[in-house]
Amino acid sequence: MPKLIKNGRVIDDAAAILVLDETQAPEALDLPAGPVFVPFAVWQAHKGQLAGQAGVGVWLDSHENVEELAADLDELPAIALNFPKFTDGRAYSAAALLRTRYGYKGEIRAIGDVLRDQLFFMQRCGFDAFQLKTGKYDDAQLEAAVASLQDFSAPYQAAVDQPEPLFRRAQRAA
Amino acid sequence: MYRYDPYDQKIVDERVAQFGDQTRRYLAGELTDDEFRPLRLQNGLYIQRHAPMLRIAVPYGLLSTAQVRKLAHIARTYDRGYSHVTTRQNFQFNWPELKVVPEILGELATVQMHAIQTSGACIRNITSDPFAGVAGDEYIDPRPWCEVLRQWSTFHPEFAFLPRKFKIAVNGASADRAVIQCHDIGLELKRDAAGGIGFRVLVGGGMGRTPIIGEEISAFVPWQHIITYCEAILRVYNRYGRRDNLYKARIKILVKALGVAEFKRQVEDEWAFGKDGPSTLTEAEVARVAAHFTTPAYETLPAEDAAYVAQRAATPAFAAWARRNVLAHKVPGYAIVVLSLKDPQRAPGDITDAQLDLVADWADAYSFGEVRATHEQNLVLADVKQSELFALWEKARAAGLATPTFGLLTDLICCPGGDFCALANAKSIPIANAIQARFDDLDYLHDIGEIELNISGCMNSCGHHHVGHIGILGVDKNGEEWYQVSLGGSQGNHTSIGKVIGRSFAAAEMPGVISTIIDVYLAQRQAGERFIDTVRRTGLDPFKLGVYGEAAAKERKQHA
Ligand code: HEM
Ligand code: SF4
Repeated sequence: MPKLIKNGRVIDDAAAILVLDETQAPEALDLPAGPVFVPFAVWQAHKGQLAGQAGVGVWLDSHENVEELAADLDELPAIALNFPKFTDGRAYSAAALLRTRYGYKGEIRAIGDVLRDQLFFMQRCGFDAFQLKTGKYDDAQLEAAVASLQDFSAPYQAAVDQPEPLFRRAQRAA
Repeated sequence: MYRYDPYDQKIVDERVAQFGDQTRRYLAGELTDDEFRPLRLQNGLYIQRHAPMLRIAVPYGLLSTAQVRKLAHIARTYDRGYSHVTTRQNFQFNWPELKVVPEILGELATVQMHAIQTSGACIRNITSDPFAGVAGDEYIDPRPWCEVLRQWSTFHPEFAFLPRKFKIAVNGASADRAVIQCHDIGLELKRDAAGGIGFRVLVGGGMGRTPIIGEEISAFVPWQHIITYCEAILRVYNRYGRRDNLYKARIKILVKALGVAEFKRQVEDEWAFGKDGPSTLTEAEVARVAAHFTTPAYETLPAEDAAYVAQRAATPAFAAWARRNVLAHKVPGYAIVVLSLKDPQRAPGDITDAQLDLVADWADAYSFGEVRATHEQNLVLADVKQSELFALWEKARAAGLATPTFGLLTDLICCPGGDFCALANAKSIPIANAIQARFDDLDYLHDIGEIELNISGCMNSCGHHHVGHIGILGVDKNGEEWYQVSLGGSQGNHTSIGKVIGRSFAAAEMPGVISTIIDVYLAQRQAGERFIDTVRRTGLDPFKLGVYGEAAAKERKQHA
């Protein structure tokens, strides 16, 4: 079963990520059994049917704007943001926007090329579930990766996890 | 200067631990090259021609003597006895071994230094005026603002994987000495009509293969809002900057594509959400940081020291150095000293471990224990009493740090080029040294006057060739090293991008080409005109004629 880092622990997670290949149109809905993240295009095509359905979330690719989901957030228990390459940093802004601008309270899951060395930044931007890159880490390495969430103890700037910058959080001596 | 409190120290210490673990996992095969690359780059570590190159951050160019001694120690212990000052006021080491880099970072952390974000697609070291706090034309000291921005940008979680690198420069004087028009964000400190401090914000400047001069996006952002404003710019860039083509990924391309008006609209729409939020700066925080940049304990001195006058009269070599490398200080009886790293025997910007130790000693003895690095690849002692200039000069001269050419032709900017850099088309250091050898007559250099010659070994423009009055660019022609010459570039308030004069030259031709260009200038110049003034007045034609000859010039015209 795929693993997920959530709440500072490695857990089993059964959710599938539905990926359409070129031959599959979003209009033809063919959901696997169990919890699933559907692509934005599928969500758009079947919103009426999928909204509020238990275990159904949406995943956005890095070029897809969170603004387009803004009206649907109440229907979504979880949103996954894809990192096609870990160097594609757009999802950091997407997560931050979901949390701060749209007040999204559900799960924001990092999927795709998710590596332990970026977990700290992701968490700061509002991600709270991390599906690390498939096949990259063995169980022991996955357990070890959890430590990266704590790489820095008192960052300078405000972000989703610490809405106040250090200069407001701490009394700093001159 | 700014001294770390326990929070700053903890962040740097945690970074050392983090990078040590990352390097260990890389060497153990747990991280691939591709996975490790951005991590090491964000720690200033390039893999170069011969060895890794490690770039150490010198925030806005300011160094304590403990830091300078540590750099000397690192040069001696882990490198080959020298270091290099870069055009972004940082220090580079050319020969460290990868496996000792975490150890070097550990050493740096003991003197409040690091290599954080000196490379990679993130917000880089913030640069500024090397004469901050001591120049007579300064309205607002940029250093506290640089430090505030340094802290904000350090490990900013949202902006660690931008489309491309992101460079910010801050200037607070009537003369721009920080090249703000050629930065992704250029900030000019100013006051509004009510006397309140704020920033004029330029965006989308840069060099590289598409040189662009930054455009004004806001005439005045009040100081409280500078962080939220920069965050808005960066968020728009992070979301919409191009990621499909490395050469079109800088913010300048986005700004050009949208037009500055539309870009500004998007930024201000975004800013509307962040403005007045928690990242709004407080008076208390600015005061806390500014308290680190207090005026040193200057003595009350006569505006002109009598002994200094006499020493110049008695010792022509001292007078020649004082004329170029000693600059006016805002406090009577004090001077700003440029310690030249343009000894023709060395690569421009290079400095040895022994020299670094000496500079630290002089800074302790004569300049309140501080040293500055300039983007023109020299060092500065900013607070020297006139009465001590002679003693300092004698020592600097003995150490090879008193080349009296600041601002003259041979005080050139030069990237490491093909001798070190894997991206180079051509070597740049030998060209610099050949030009320095050709122009070794000080009287002649003085006659030529103020001029800036900048050399880059490839289009990446690390040597700022686009903004050199004379720019030299290494190009590759069928695997051979050639050099293209441009004229009319300029940094500072009147920033302009130089224009290429014509076909490129072989290395051996270069000193002759520069000589010809100088001859044309001397023949053309009107009273009081600097080189750049003449080029602006006459255009390139007389120079083309001089360099390529009558026939070539005609032929070019016909083809044009
Ligand atoms: C030796 C290894 C180096 C490599 C691989 C390297 C790489 C690059 C690249 C790829 C660019 C172009 C970036 C772009 O246009 O997006 C660039 C620009 C630049 N680099 Fe370097 N560089 C190196 C060393 C240096 C050094 C030693 C300096 C300072 C002396 C320096 C200062 C700069 C500056 C000032 C720019 C221009 C930035 C701009 O476009 O605004 N680099 N470098
Ligand atoms: S300009 Fe080119 S050759 Fe020179 S250091 Fe930069 S990348 Fe290397």
